[in-house]
Amino acid sequence: MKLIQSLLLGVAAACAIGAAPAMSQQFIPILSYRIGPYAAGGSGYFGGAIDYFNLVNATGGINGVKLTWEECETEYNAARGVECYERLKKKNGGASTVEPLSTGIAYGLIDRVAQDKIPMTTFGYGLGASADGNVFRWVFPLGTTYWDQVAAMVAYLEQKEGGAAKLKGKKIAYLYHDSAYGKEPIGTLDALAAKDGFEALKIPITPPGTTQESVWLQVRQQKPDYVILWGFGVMNPVALKTAAKVGYPREKIIGVWWAGSEEDVIPAGSAAKGYVSAAFSAPGTSFPVMQDIKTKVYGAGNGNLEDKSRIGSIYHTRGVVYGILITEAIRNAQAKYGKGKLMTPEQVRWGLEHINLTDARIKELGATGMFPPVKTSCADHEGSGMVKFQVWDGSAFKPVTGFIAGDRALVRKLVEEAATKYAAEKKITPVDCSKEM
Amino acid sequence: MQFFFEVLIGGLLSGVMYSLVALGFVLIYKASGVFNFAQGTMVFFAALTFVGLTEHGLSFWMALPATLVVMVLLGLAIERAVLRPLVNQPQISLFMATIGLSFLLEGLAQIVWGTSVRGLDIGVADEPIGWIADRFGLNISKFDLVAALIAAVLVAALAFFFSRTRIGRALRAVADDHQAALAVGIPLQQIWGIVWAVAGAVALVAGLLWGARNGVQFALTFVALKALPVLMLGGLESVPGAIVGGLIIGASEKLAEVYLGPMVGGGIEGWFPYVLALVVLLFRPEGLFGEKIIRRV
Repeated sequence: MKLIQSLLLGVAAACAIGAAPAMSQQFIPILSYRIGPYAAGGSGYFGGAIDYFNLVNATGGINGVKLTWEECETEYNAARGVECYERLKKKNGGASTVEPLSTGIAYGLIDRVAQDKIPMTTFGYGLGASADGNVFRWVFPLGTTYWDQVAAMVAYLEQKEGGAAKLKGKKIAYLYHDSAYGKEPIGTLDALAAKDGFEALKIPITPPGTTQESVWLQVRQQKPDYVILWGFGVMNPVALKTAAKVGYPREKIIGVWWAGSEEDVIPAGSAAKGYVSAAFSAPGTSFPVMQDIKTKVYGAGNGNLEDKSRIGSIYHTRGVVYGILITEAIRNAQAKYGKGKLMTPEQVRWGLEHINLTDARIKELGATGMFPPVKTSCADHEGSGMVKFQVWDGSAFKPVTGFIAGDRALVRKLVEEAATKYAAEKKITPVDCSKEM
Repeated sequence: MQFFFEVLIGGLLSGVMYSLVALGFVLIYKASGVFNFAQGTMVFFAALTFVGLTEHGLSFWMALPATLVVMVLLGLAIERAVLRPLVNQPQISLFMATIGLSFLLEGLAQIVWGTSVRGLDIGVADEPIGWIADRFGLNISKFDLVAALIAAVLVAALAFFFSRTRIGRALRAVADDHQAALAVGIPLQQIWGIVWAVAGAVALVAGLLWGARNGVQFALTFVALKALPVLMLGGLESVPGAIVGGLIIGASEKLAEVYLGPMVGGGIEGWFPYVLALVVLLFRPEGLFGEKIIRRV
């Protein structure tokens, strides 16, 4: 009944949009994935983003400008993601920005967004080198790149061991999804291993990673001091369960943020207890912004998640944080180009380059502790690089650190080297950020 | 040497899990000559239905028969709505129909039960058995042994069903020759319905074990990928072939990953079974246990 109701409402909404294009609203295409193998993450994340957009609209919009959006199902498929982008980029007055939440789709869009002059965010993932805004004018890996995240993981292990010097001679196994995503941080990990003097043992896991006995037997044989788990989807719970099976302590496994949601640990049951993962946003419903979402959005019957128990979950709050960053960028753009006006994609790009979410501003937004301060610039499209670490206690993730960063100077050096190489290959002339306003 | 045996035994036990999925394919192929592309989705559908029912308050022992009923009804419905209209159509049409069926079931399962990832506890710990570890220094999981036992019981039950029951013998007759079976009065559609229902039940067993190991999520549909080389190696219409094929594939992929993987950068577990199956096909196109077909030309 609810399905039929939703379909009817959807048809009615589509007719309404068809009859009167929302030209007076700021349009954001949503390349979501709510079905398929990664639906749990996609539905939580995009549900969070839409919940925040609804909250913004319910409280008067951005200086009176309401947000509008349209979803297109990508199923996390790169070809379908590109198709969705092409379908939506000119709709409703044109896309302000786009967020595919998929490294594969993002790779497929890097050249297109530059050509179409539409800023693309890759919040916490994507191409590490794209943090260099001198070369990647239209790409914003906001929050943290994979490179900064692996550096933060090493920093966490340094802390745990009692200093960087204590990592010397240690062995860290890097178990990775054998794909572009899994290979992305290897260069940074090697650079950190060379600097700190630890051995990085790289072991690929063939996607989707439904069986991992041979891999974990190798881990047991090699006896690494720690395991960095760079997994995705089903690979994560299987890794934790197989680690338990071969007797490898879960307390010594540190996962990337794609391996740090409830969906990654619940299927592993008790095998996940003690496992630590990285996160660049905190879960929970106690933040004032989350309370507002509960009362003003879900209370008004506009909540996006059907399963209310997922409100405040890792993916949901991450989507909310994405919403906060995007609306802040639009607000910045309005401050420069005209309050209460619709912003063009170029203006939103400027807004993304001038995000300055200090602790005070984050407090104003009701999100203290939910994410670290973010300050972007013409040259730095990442703006933070900080992550926190959390342990799964069997029922919830509990923080074990505050937001910490790794060796950002080393990472930035690698970013600039890679971006320069990319610019040479693609014949891009980097901008001179000192001349940008 | 101890490590070698550990990898070998772990591989053999993993192979049993592959065999469980392969059995569903074999059953349907034996009876109808149809390669059921939707078998992996049926595994997912069964596990998701079971977990969905337990979330609605049913106990494990109530949800189990309830899911079995759902799977049997699903099997019968597939026969009635999808296969029966395609009787006497080319095999490729039936195969294409199962592809469509696969997508339909994927969507249906997620509409009915949602897309959340769930855990499934069947009460058997996936941890090393202490006394084996202490005595032999080998890590053998209790869960793997239970899975092997369940597979053995299932195969014995299927073998009994095929060879000792009237329906089983009718099924073998249908498998040998549809038209000849019809000519002697064997109700083809009834047999197909039964086979799809039995395949649904096998999918439930596979779904529970794979779901308990990996969590109940969409990725369960991928376990079919593990069954394909098993079928190529063991033969599409052989129950013993599914078991032996599973054991060979399970053991060889683990040994290859551990001993050959490091020489080529690792990550060969995904494709090595297919290479092995292709090599076997070069010498025995029907697989190790498949029926050798000789045709006059």
